[in-house]
Amino acid sequence: MTTLLSVENLSKVYTLGGGLFKQSRELVALNDINLTVEAGETLAIVGESGCGKTTLGRCIIKAQPVTEGKVFYHQDGGQKVELTSLDKRAIKPWRRDIRMIFQDPMSSLNPNMRVFDIVAEPLRVHRICKGRELEERVVSTLAKVGIPADAIGRYPHAFSGGQRQRIGIARALVLDPKLVIADEAVSALDVSIQAQVLNLLDDLKEEFGLTYIFISHDLGVVNYIADRVVVMYLGHVVETSPTELLFERPRHPYTEMLLEALPIADPTRRKGRNKELKGEIPYLGNRPQGCPFHTRCKYAEDKCRAEKPVLRPINGTAQMAACHFAETLNLKGAYDAAPQKVIA
Amino acid sequence: MAVDTVVPAGHVAPAKLKRESQLALMWRRFKRHQLAVVSLWIVVFFYLVAAFAEFLAPTDPSAYSARYTYAPPQGLQFIVATEDGGWAFQPHVNGYKTEVDPKAMRRSFVIDPEVIIPVQFFAPSEPYYLAGFIPMSIKFMGVENPRDPFYVLGADRLGRDMLSRLIHGTRISLSIGLAGVTLSLFFGIVIGGFAGYYGGWFDSSVMRVVEFIRSMPTIPLWLGLAAALPKDWSALQTYFAITIILSLIGWTELARVVRGRFLSLRTEDFVTAAQLDGASDWRIVTRHMVPSFTSHIIAAATLAIPGMILAETALSFLGLGLQPPIVSWGTLLQEAQNIRTLATAPWLLAPGVCVVIVILSLNFFGDGLRDAADPHGR
Amino acid sequence: MTKPLLSINDMSIVFTSPDEPDIEAVRQVDLTLTPGKTLALVGESGCGKSVTARAVLRLLDKNADIRTGEIVYDGRDGQVDIARLKPDSTAMRSIRGAQISMIFQEPMSSLSPVHTIGNQIDEIIVLHEGLKPKQARERTIALLDQVGVPGARDRANAYPFELSGGLRQRAMIAMALACTPKLLIADEPTTALDVTTQAQILDLLRQLQDDFGMAMLFITHDLGVVAEIADDIAVMYLGDVVEQGDVFEVFKTPKHPYTQALMSSVPQLQRKADRVRLQPIKGTVPSPKDRPVGCSFTSRCPHAFGPCAGTRPERTQVSEGHMARCHLLTHTKEEALV
Ligand SMILES: Nc1ncnc2c1ncn2[C@@H]1O[C@H](COP(=O)(O)OP(=O)(O)OP(=O)(O)O)[C@@H](O)[C@H]1O
Ligand SMILES: Nc1ncnc2c1ncn2[C@@H]1O[C@H](COP(=O)(O)OP(=O)(O)O)[C@@H](O)[C@H]1O
Ligand code: SF4
Ligand code: SF4
Ligand SMILES: [Mg+2]
Ligand SMILES: [Mg+2]
Repeated sequence: MTTLLSVENLSKVYTLGGGLFKQSRELVALNDINLTVEAGETLAIVGESGCGKTTLGRCIIKAQPVTEGKVFYHQDGGQKVELTSLDKRAIKPWRRDIRMIFQDPMSSLNPNMRVFDIVAEPLRVHRICKGRELEERVVSTLAKVGIPADAIGRYPHAFSGGQRQRIGIARALVLDPKLVIADEAVSALDVSIQAQVLNLLDDLKEEFGLTYIFISHDLGVVNYIADRVVVMYLGHVVETSPTELLFERPRHPYTEMLLEALPIADPTRRKGRNKELKGEIPYLGNRPQGCPFHTRCKYAEDKCRAEKPVLRPINGTAQMAACHFAETLNLKGAYDAAPQKVIA
Repeated sequence: MAVDTVVPAGHVAPAKLKRESQLALMWRRFKRHQLAVVSLWIVVFFYLVAAFAEFLAPTDPSAYSARYTYAPPQGLQFIVATEDGGWAFQPHVNGYKTEVDPKAMRRSFVIDPEVIIPVQFFAPSEPYYLAGFIPMSIKFMGVENPRDPFYVLGADRLGRDMLSRLIHGTRISLSIGLAGVTLSLFFGIVIGGFAGYYGGWFDSSVMRVVEFIRSMPTIPLWLGLAAALPKDWSALQTYFAITIILSLIGWTELARVVRGRFLSLRTEDFVTAAQLDGASDWRIVTRHMVPSFTSHIIAAATLAIPGMILAETALSFLGLGLQPPIVSWGTLLQEAQNIRTLATAPWLLAPGVCVVIVILSLNFFGDGLRDAADPHGR
Repeated sequence: MTKPLLSINDMSIVFTSPDEPDIEAVRQVDLTLTPGKTLALVGESGCGKSVTARAVLRLLDKNADIRTGEIVYDGRDGQVDIARLKPDSTAMRSIRGAQISMIFQEPMSSLSPVHTIGNQIDEIIVLHEGLKPKQARERTIALLDQVGVPGARDRANAYPFELSGGLRQRAMIAMALACTPKLLIADEPTTALDVTTQAQILDLLRQLQDDFGMAMLFITHDLGVVAEIADDIAVMYLGDVVEQGDVFEVFKTPKHPYTQALMSSVPQLQRKADRVRLQPIKGTVPSPKDRPVGCSFTSRCPHAFGPCAGTRPERTQVSEGHMARCHLLTHTKEEALV
């Protein structure tokens, strides 16, 4: 497998407040993130709200400047481009290869532009084609996501949430990208529509040979769509793992907690009470010392409060976790031992 | 547009939808506010009057006639009794006769129904220039003999025709509102737009200035500025000076609206999407952001006009705004300042009625526009 | 079986508007709520879940009209038909908040931002139970403690914005429980929360139900949450309850094509080898204005046949307490195939 994108020691600090007479405060949204994205995979980023998933996605695509660290994009020939150091003009060519799909189907489409123009805009900005060719390309991309040609003159308000999300996908795909960052792309949709969009994303990946960074808080969806998962907590990567291994045997207590909390659509697998879930995600402004998770971790010991664990491969597997006891803890997965029934 | 060529014919519903631009949508929502629609027609009517002032005004607004001081309104009548006891259609006004009030020993005019002065519509007149450059020699209405009295809305202290003055005053008052708002709009959009798009220190300082200006009491400020105008300036110069003074305050509100819209749009996903498309700042602002709030700007501007008109009226009424040879609602009302005149010649209050009607209509109209401009409103 | 606490029979709700045709948002719904049990109301957005719930509390907008049916509540003072009460009558007010209370998706919108949560809960207790403020506060603190707000005595003096989403939802639940209601209506109480917080809140609700024995109407669109908390389930589509029954039975043998489709739209938690492609329902939910004449699901149903487009299916009993509205249940397979 070849690496398509790598993130090295990425940090992002927001400065809050800071008016004329106010003391500004610093909020570390991303803390020393390292990860790689392989060509052709779907990499999921999961975590509770506010843990920095969106920020990470936006930093990768340079929708926001990073505070520290580097993001490399690996070209076809194997050459690396450091996206973080490029200015607006220099990064423009790479904007064709890395595209984004947004969460909110309402606000991600300009209400004053027709669907045709929304999807044509990237082609026009990059001066890729015009006239008949432009039309054909827009119409065929929209057709691929299931928007019929007779609807392209409409404005976004005339479409349902699911259709708008499809238009957003078409806008991302019209430039023939290599990497698509989907930030909670199905979270705002109803279940039946969510399934349609998930299948669509799957099919498009096949057809165009895409790589996805799939940001989500829904572990059920992640299990379905992702090849590999990055678990984030308070701006840290606490675990990365191939999907099946993660759900089979998580290596980080936080992952276990997330899996434990995940409701399963089957009353016979009801978990009942007594989940040892405790506490709430601390505010990023007052991050705990030592292991960021120790305030909620049921395995925490003195060492955890003093020393920060590093992200490392666990027992030579493809799993990496940042927990002092990752090698020895026997954490509970989410799969049922018995094969599950399939509802026809 | 390119879209049209690829949309197959025969799809009725999409074809209808596709034509519906944001403004069309706005208009459709606007039409649901009946009061606003009525107000719109009233506003249009007044602006038409202002545009065709010379044509509509029966006489020169400054032509005076000492004979007809405070002549009461004649009213326009259409039916005359014929000699054989029947009636005929004949637009006319009645003449005046003088009566002496035995108690007060004062001479006053009363309408004399015996005297019939026929009125002609589209009557030929002295040649004049409509709006200063279209030569015309026809007026909306007039009497055959220019020496006959023709005071549909009565006359003022100098025997000038109130109707003609009111019509010319409408032009000045309404145009000053429009000019003031245009000027404010220019400053507001440019300054507010920069502040909103770039943010940071520029934004903070602009906003401080705006707050400072807005915290000053407006009337004394205007009074001060207006009083500083040289008395020997020509009518035109004063007119422009007053416009500028008014918009000096007016731009702040619009700048705030524009900046607010920019700030909230800047974080919208579709603007981020445009940035990620690689679009330039200029393209993002002009193509993605400005069209999203033109409707808001139109609404805000409409709501700013009444304030301007009232301000002009107030200034002129106090004698600090436009000066008498110029006819505006304010200068007209200045003449209705004392109670005695009001008791004897209440028709001098006609400009006040116009002010109330126009201000209310503009407000209703603006409210309707504002509601209609909300893109997610229903 | 215990006596039902509240039964909704044949209830229809219509929204009128001056310039548009009437919208029938809820059509002939029958639901039964029993003490100690949870009924989950599931469906996609706009199917009428919230409208049904608000009707029980008579919290609907002015333009809503309960056209037919009754809402029989068997409360402290014997049976009353809530559908016949005036929304702001004394009788209704003594029920609302005291005997039936509600929690919402967004706690911020139902908590006053300018009063501390303690004061807001005190007020309800004083109003409905007539306690002295001092006693009320003690009760408030006990309640906050019970719903798992740490440091309840101090937190009672906190304003809603000072609390995290999860704590706010807990405060909201404490408020709803202030008068030990017989029925708790929860409208998507966990939708805005993280999974971990959601699990905690679900736990809490279950615990409280055990302690107080109240009935619960739980609205959600998440089948996982239903499976976790419900005893009974009612699936809504475009204003119809298309299927209802015991949660185990309905999940095991869903009879209505919509229920089946909904279940195969949710990704199952399976290993890669067992994974099946999702089978989404085609198309989108039509607006209630374009509801098909016969079965409301006709336009999207993979099994639609002869009578579906023209005739609305009746409520058909599948087994004890398990009902569905589908022609497939009353027609033989052969008829369905033609
Ligand atoms: N522009 C900003 N200024 C200041 N703080 C920010 C900004 N954007 C995000 N943050 C903070 O950074 C942290 C991470 O935010 P982010 O939006 O990435 O979270 P997330 O995991 O995507 O959450 P969600 O699931 O709610 O979208 C949060 O604490 C957030 O409040
Ligand atoms: N005040 C109202 N006026 C008109 N229609 C309404 C009103 N409130 C809700 N509706 C309609 O009733 C239907 C059900 O809404 P609701 O119960 O809120 O859905 P949900 O299942 O998401 O809770 C929807 O079609 C909605 O548009
Ligand atoms: S390092 Fe300690 S506190 Fe952190 S996750 Fe591991 S056991 Fe828990
Ligand atoms: S009645 Fe017909 S359309 Fe409706 S769910 Fe049953 S089979 Fe489908
Ligand atoms: Mg996010
Ligand atoms: Mg709802």
